[in-house]
Order: sequence, then structure tokens, then C-alpha cells
Amino acid sequence: MGFLTLASLSKVYGDHAAVRDVDLSVAKGEFVSLLGPSGCGKTTTLQMIAGLVEPTGGKIALDGRDITREKPNTRGLGIVFQSYALFPHMTVAQNVAFGLEMRKVARAERDERVKTMLGLVHLAQLADRYPRQLSGGQRQRVAIARALVIVPPVLLLDEPLSNLDAKLREEMQFELRRIQQSVGTTTIMVTHDQAEALSISDRVVVMEQGRMTQIDAPYRLYERPATAFISSFVGKMNRLDGIWRGHGPAGTPQINGVSLPCEQASFPDGQTVALSLRPEKILLRSQGQGRLDGTIVNRFFLGSYWLFTVETPVGALSVSVPNHGEEPAGEGDAVALDWTPVSLRVEAVTATTGAAA
Amino acid sequence: MSRARSALTPWLLVSPGALLFLALVIVPLVLTVILSFHVYDHGTGIKNEFTFAHYLAVVTDDYYLGIFLRTLRVAALTTLLCALIGVPEAYILARMRDPWRSVFLLVIIGPLLVSVVVRAFGWSMLLGSTGLVNQALEAVGFGTVKLLYTETAIVIALVHVMLPFMVIPVWTSLQKLDPSVEAAAWTLGASRFTALRRVVMPQVSMGMLSGSLIVFGLSASAFAIPGLLGGRRLKMAATLVYDEFMHELNWPLGATIAIIVLVANLIIMLAYNRMVEARARRTLG
Repeated sequence: MGFLTLASLSKVYGDHAAVRDVDLSVAKGEFVSLLGPSGCGKTTTLQMIAGLVEPTGGKIALDGRDITREKPNTRGLGIVFQSYALFPHMTVAQNVAFGLEMRKVARAERDERVKTMLGLVHLAQLADRYPRQLSGGQRQRVAIARALVIVPPVLLLDEPLSNLDAKLREEMQFELRRIQQSVGTTTIMVTHDQAEALSISDRVVVMEQGRMTQIDAPYRLYERPATAFISSFVGKMNRLDGIWRGHGPAGTPQINGVSLPCEQASFPDGQTVALSLRPEKILLRSQGQGRLDGTIVNRFFLGSYWLFTVETPVGALSVSVPNHGEEPAGEGDAVALDWTPVSLRVEAVTATTGAAA
Repeated sequence: MSRARSALTPWLLVSPGALLFLALVIVPLVLTVILSFHVYDHGTGIKNEFTFAHYLAVVTDDYYLGIFLRTLRVAALTTLLCALIGVPEAYILARMRDPWRSVFLLVIIGPLLVSVVVRAFGWSMLLGSTGLVNQALEAVGFGTVKLLYTETAIVIALVHVMLPFMVIPVWTSLQKLDPSVEAAAWTLGASRFTALRRVVMPQVSMGMLSGSLIVFGLSASAFAIPGLLGGRRLKMAATLVYDEFMHELNWPLGATIAIIVLVANLIIMLAYNRMVEARARRTLG
């Protein structure tokens, strides 16, 4: 039994199910991300937990108490909205104090707690500013402070970083994690950005078309994606279709007659299989010294690494190579690709996974 | 050549509007001001001499001051009632979904499509001594009440006419509101009413300001409604000016009253605007 549990939670709009039979159990102090493309039902799920959207079916329990039908103002959860939803006519300090005021906390204690919270988010010197006088990152921290000052049992974050520019987003990710760890609040974050979800969560929940398709720790999600959709949505992935040749464990996958060494697997002869290989797990070698020869057709410099597109007999593959400070092979050069067999994953293509891809 | 033309362009562009404004507003206003200083003689009419006598007469006569006070009172009461009715109305309207929102918006704007004179006659039929309102009061045993030719009748009809001018600016400012701001207040523990009072209302104050300025200005200078529902005795500023011009034929005195009403209206509205806007600007930016 988790601290926050969702039991077959659903939301149906007319004949469209936005969220279908979602089950989730979140432990106390855990940071869980709901990851998925827009329209997958992640925000609706968050709003049902917040009490802003009424579920069509299912239950929400917080610390053993059923809160499914409770009004948002008695749930006591902290919420950071995508637009931050700061009160524009109140100063930073008044914004943060609002929740305490509603709880009738005495003035002296209120001021003290607001001050401590603003210190935690590094905004102490901006207490008397109005939201419009703040930058995006500062507004976001005000929103976090306002949600956390009421010491909520659960903090809900709705796409908290999507309105920030790339550099600030990265900084705020770690800042968010630091704040969450220092107060130890159970947190659920909704995001469509896989990098964001992977870097700061304890567990990531992937949602597709209203359903949860995988719940796992970030690295397991990355290494062992449950569906073709997840493997392409989380990180970059080379996906190839092949046929299993040979019987059982002795066989290998083949594409256009080329055998590719892969992880331990066993399929009947002639089975159609899907192969997946992460770009960063491929090593670039000189021609003839790898498992597969090819020609570089594109080369992109991305600062910390190089991204190549290599044309091979089995198709075009993306390869990423860390930047070691020297210029690597260029476009048109003949190269060979190498990888450890374990990193090439093989799955049988059945009717359902084929449809999902 | 092209430099000279580009320097002239903005002047050329504003000139049609500026000329229209000059011809239709500034010139008549200046003529009215000049007229108000002319000497008037009951025997011979307007003389080509100048005097402050009219201004002195108006500000020292209780009759005129009473009418000015009534005008102020009626306009202020109308503005207050419009705000009390119009703001909740706008909020409900903003919360509605189509098609109901379009339907009710039309219901609110509808009165503007009917001539103000027709509406005033409508109200005089409803409020008259044997009108529908009094018949209803009699039926439930309250007896009849004198409504027509009272300030009450004027205020009721003015509120009816002016309501759209309050609803529309407030509705517009509600449209600009981020709906999650209200949701944020709920999640922080505010009840629906507290969220409205502490979070929504302060943000629509600019809409209320412009609404009340329009309503006050139009009510203070209203002519048809006080004329038809106030009767011959209960005068307001605009009907008084009309009487001076058309019945007494004392044009300079009429002009004097018109100018005083204009200046008073201007002072009240500017002061109110400054007061509310200064506060709203500081916080809403």
C-alpha cells in the first residue's frame, strides 16, 4: 500500500476516454514522473489527483484516506501549474503567504515560514517584487515556494519547466530535485520531455493513449523499454526489422542476408523480429575491423558528441560518438560499426507490437 | 524630397480625424464657452457684452445646486447598481460555454438595439400608477407605490440601459484571466468565494473602472430617461439645459449650466480614474 494510490482511475469525455484504468502506487518521499506525448492523459491524471477534474471511475487514496470526491481546497496538495498561475496583484511574499493565510496561520509564524521558504528557493531578496517584475525561472521558483510552504503531503508539478528556455530548463531540473530532496515531499511531475523525466525522477511512468504502459526506474526504462513506442520516445533508437534464422538459441537475426550478433534470445526459424540498438552503444572503427561496414552520409557536431548517419547493407544507422577533441571521420568516409552483442536487443514482432510501432 | 514627405506623412494621416474632432467637438465647445459669458436680456435677447453673472447665479442658487446634486446622486447610484449586478453577470457569462454564452451575450446587448425613447416609454407603462408593477403589488396586498416620476424610476431605467456598458468591459478583462490562477487559489485552501474575492476581483478592477466611468458619464448626461420618467418637476442636468435653451430661451444660462456639468463630470471622472488606476497600475502593471 503506497502513500498515494490510484486504483483503476478513469476519465471519460463523451465517448473519448482520456484516462483508462490507471493504477499507480507512489511511496512517501518518492519523485515520480508521468511521461508521454501531448494528449496521452498525463495532465488529466494530475488534475484528478489535484481535484480539479472529477474522475469518471476509480479511486484516489492519500495515506489510506479516500480523497476521490474531496474538493481541491480541502485536499491540501501543493500544485505548480504549467503557466505558474501566480497571483499578479500580489507580491512574491504575498503569493507565498496566501496558502498559510487560508490556513489561518498567525502572522508572525506566517512571515517566518514565508521567509524560510523564499530562502530555500533563493528568492529572499525579491520578496517585495510583483510577478511581472520577475524572470521566467524566478516565477517558477515562486510557484514552487507557494506550493511547498503549506507543507503538502504531495507536490504536483504540471509541465513545470516547459515555459523556460533550454539552458534555464536544465538548471531548474537539478534545482527542482535539490528542493524536493531537501524537503522530502512526495512529488508527481507531468512532462513530455523524456530527458527531464529521466534525469530527476525515482520512477518514470510512461503513458500512451490514456493508459500506463511502463512504470520503471529511469535507467531500466531506457535500457529495457517495454514497447516500440517507448523505445523511440525515450532517447534515440535505431530500429530495424529482421528475420530470425536458425533454430532457437543457436540462431541469429538477419537482415538482407547479413547476420547481426545480438543478446541471448531464442525464436523459431523464420520469425519476424524487431532489432533495436542505441546510437551511443555503437563504436566507430576503421573499415574491415568491425561487425558491419558502411559509409558516413551525414555528420553533425553537437558539442559534447558527434552524431553520424551511416549507410550500411542493413539500412541507415545513427551512431553517436563522444567528442574527444579530435576531428573524426567525415562524410563519405568508409567505416565499420562494432557493438557488444548484449546491446542489440531482439523482440518478436507480433500483431500487437507491430500495430503499436 | 522623400524625407520631407516622410516627415509629413503622420500629420497627413491624423488630419482627417483631427479635423473632424476639431469641427464637431472643439469648435462647438469653444462657442458654448463664449456663449456662456454673454449678457442676456429678457427683452432684447443675447447682447454682445460679457459677464460672469450666469456662473454666479447658478452656483449661488439652491434650485440649480439641488438639480446638480440629484444628477450626481442618480449617476452614482446607477453606477453602483450596475457594478453590483453587472460584475456577477459578467463572471457567469465568462463561465458559460457556447452556445449559451452567445445567447446570453445577445440578451445583455439586446437593450442597446432598442431606441432609448421606446425603452423609457416601456418603463413608464410598467411603473405607472396602474402599471404592471403596481398591479402586482396590489395583488399581493402591498398597495400601490408611487414609482413613476421619482428618482427610483430614473435609476431603474438607467440601470437597465447602462448594464451592457458595465458587463462588456468586465467580461473582456475576465477573458484575459488565466483560469488556472483561480484553480491555484482553490488548491491553496481558498473556498470558491474567497478565491473570487481575493484573486479574481482585484484582477478585473480595471474592467470595473472603465465600466463605471462609462456608466457614470452617460448617466450624468442622460437626457431621454430623466425627461420621460422624471416628469416636468424632477429635473436632471441635461433636462435643465434643454429647458433653458428651448423654453426660457436663455441660451447663455443654458450654456453656463452645460459647461459646469461638463467640468464637474470631468473632475469626478478624472479623480476616480486616477485613484483606481494608480492602485491597479502599481500591482497589475
